[in-house]
Amino acid sequence: MKDDTVVKMKLFNNKKSNGVHPTENKLSSHKKIESTGLPKEVTLPLCQHIGAPAQAIVKRGDEVKTGQKIAEACGFVSVPIHSTVSGKVKKITKTVSAVTSRVMEAVVIESDGKDEWVELNKPAHPGTLSKEEIIERIKEAGIVGLGGATFPTHVKLQPPPDKPIDSIIINGCECEPYITSDHRLMLEHGEEILKGLEIMMNVIGCKRAYIAIEDNKPDAVRNMKELLSKDKYPGKITVESLGTQYPLGAEKTLLKRILGREVPVGCLPMEVGVVVQNVGTLKALYDAIYLGKPLVERVVTVTGMVKEPKNLLSRFGRPAKELIDMCGGIVGDADELIFGGPMMGVTQPRFDEPTQRGTNSILVKKSEKVPESNCIRCGACVESCPMNLMPTVYVQFTKNEWYEELEDYWIENCVECGSCAYSCPANIPLVQYIKVGKSELAKLRCK
Amino acid sequence: MMTEELSDKKLKVSTSPHVHSKKSTEKIMYTVCLALLLPAAAGVYFFGVYTIFIILSSVIACILTEYAAKRLRKHEFKMDGSAIITGLLFALIMPPRIPLWAVVIGASFSIAIIKEAFGGLGYNIFNPALAGRAFLSVSFAGMMTRWIAPVASPFAESVTTATPLNDSFVYAGTKTELYMDLLWGNVGGSLGETSALLILIGGIVLLLTGVIKWRIPVIYIGTVFAFTWLIPGEDPILHILAGGLFLGAFFMATDYVTAPLTDRGQMLFALCAGLLVVAIRVYGSLPGGVAFSILIMNAFTPLIDRYIRPKPYGYVPPEKEDDKDE
Repeated sequence: MKDDTVVKMKLFNNKKSNGVHPTENKLSSHKKIESTGLPKEVTLPLCQHIGAPAQAIVKRGDEVKTGQKIAEACGFVSVPIHSTVSGKVKKITKTVSAVTSRVMEAVVIESDGKDEWVELNKPAHPGTLSKEEIIERIKEAGIVGLGGATFPTHVKLQPPPDKPIDSIIINGCECEPYITSDHRLMLEHGEEILKGLEIMMNVIGCKRAYIAIEDNKPDAVRNMKELLSKDKYPGKITVESLGTQYPLGAEKTLLKRILGREVPVGCLPMEVGVVVQNVGTLKALYDAIYLGKPLVERVVTVTGMVKEPKNLLSRFGRPAKELIDMCGGIVGDADELIFGGPMMGVTQPRFDEPTQRGTNSILVKKSEKVPESNCIRCGACVESCPMNLMPTVYVQFTKNEWYEELEDYWIENCVECGSCAYSCPANIPLVQYIKVGKSELAKLRCK
Repeated sequence: MMTEELSDKKLKVSTSPHVHSKKSTEKIMYTVCLALLLPAAAGVYFFGVYTIFIILSSVIACILTEYAAKRLRKHEFKMDGSAIITGLLFALIMPPRIPLWAVVIGASFSIAIIKEAFGGLGYNIFNPALAGRAFLSVSFAGMMTRWIAPVASPFAESVTTATPLNDSFVYAGTKTELYMDLLWGNVGGSLGETSALLILIGGIVLLLTGVIKWRIPVIYIGTVFAFTWLIPGEDPILHILAGGLFLGAFFMATDYVTAPLTDRGQMLFALCAGLLVVAIRVYGSLPGGVAFSILIMNAFTPLIDRYIRPKPYGYVPPEKEDDKDE
């Protein structure tokens, strides 16, 4: 068992990336996943994924059932949206995306409280389905990467033929502070995760998989190892217990840590023969194939300044405030509502903002923002950048509006993990400047 | 409190990340100030009570000048500790019997011209304390090269002497005794640069608290040692212990603002500065090899930062046309 808790760290290895180690604050790691019943009303934005928004196929007044498709995928990198309750379409409205700040359509559905499900795909053993059928079912189930990036999963399952995939990495790192939804999934739904992985390995035709877990979750490491030893899985699957560091769970740093490979600037992991998938996504894969269920719910960690932090299984589209109240409401003088973790999460302007597919956590906290002072060129940002960039020069260039220069310093390589701003002694909001710089650079390129 | 009772108006919206490490500019600055008190104490011990007045007038002049400059530029004055560092450092590289009016002129010049005129904290090109000293050296050359021997008691009369690196320096004891005196600081020299040991302890404090990294001091001192060892007739141990090398290596060359950002850049910076020290001391005629080596390298820092950058993750070298010919 000792092996579980000791990090295998070599003194000089080319697999290490820079990073930081914020206080973990995993307040809810011992709380079992609780189901939450039905919401009264859900708001479902039509773009809860990376890619083209889905297009609504229902109109006001329509009766819908749980799991019924209400919006159709639009293009290859897009997924459909399903109703998460049964009831009536109250209205189709415009909303501002909580993640990208883009204006998009949202369907508001009033629940009838019956939760009548639409007729589902027949539960099937993946062995009885062809590869194409499995991919089609995954796409139709609306499955996206549930680690937060929400990249459509069916795209990851169809790598171009000239890029053979030799390894799959299952991301159970959960390197963001506070969040425990993946941790609980690995403890309570480990078997489903492995079954989902099996489906993925078969579809991609890959014989090697790694399950990456940070060593601050020794119980999850143990559980996954035990489950692996019980059953026979195709190919070789190993559990990797990795030293806790932020942002280890970013797919590029993770695959470097495990395989020592670097994804070329501007490319996806499939370029170096790897697919990285979150544990929650595998559970969703299992549900879609073995149970025939589309993606209508996920585990959300509600944490921070709430009375009792919890891991809640909740339907999408439910207002955040209902989930907060289920945890006993807010304690203390909180003034920040964040979807996601404290390092990369997005602050929300309203308590009734609906949760989405990428919402792995609702974090309530007190704002720690301090006014920025002059950069003293201490190099803390350079030292902490997992992508080996020089974040402070982006601030200079953006402040001076020299956006062309940003390209010379590989700004597109920045994953916006926030390690630089976290460690900056002058409290400079580097990520904010980088975001502005990136978008101004994109505008220049369009011209 | 249930969310019903809360208004959305209270919610603050901002960019990620929403947590911050405990680091702050003030903490860094005050740690350096504390570490600098060690060599300052050595200065008072070896060169008498008068040095306390030098230190005080330098620090006060720096703070007041910064306050005045901020008022003139209509910026908010914030006590971040950086002016205190400049004041302390400036005092430590003064001859121990310099008149106080000269200290005030030099310290004010450091802050007003070298730091604030360039934009204040973080924007200066040269290390303010060193540039201030260089200013005094060219303005009052005689006063700036008048050294005294360590005094017997705090109020004792001072005796003029030569510093160990000067050609006219004579030492009565053995070599080992000389090294011990250099280590303790029992030799003539600037106020706070003579005690290598106390500076080293201060430097180690900075290393352990993570304020500075090992690269600049180790490579800087190492280069001076290696090259003076290679040159016949030079004593490498004398070269690293004497003069302001330790103070410069731990407290001035490591100045964030005026040193390169990246690890590799800092290594090049330290190597070149070390070579410059050797060149100035062995082949030059001016005193102050350390001060000028750092000032010259300060001028190269923007260039080093421009061309020495870390290799980004997933870097793909651009294809060269020459490769095709081979």
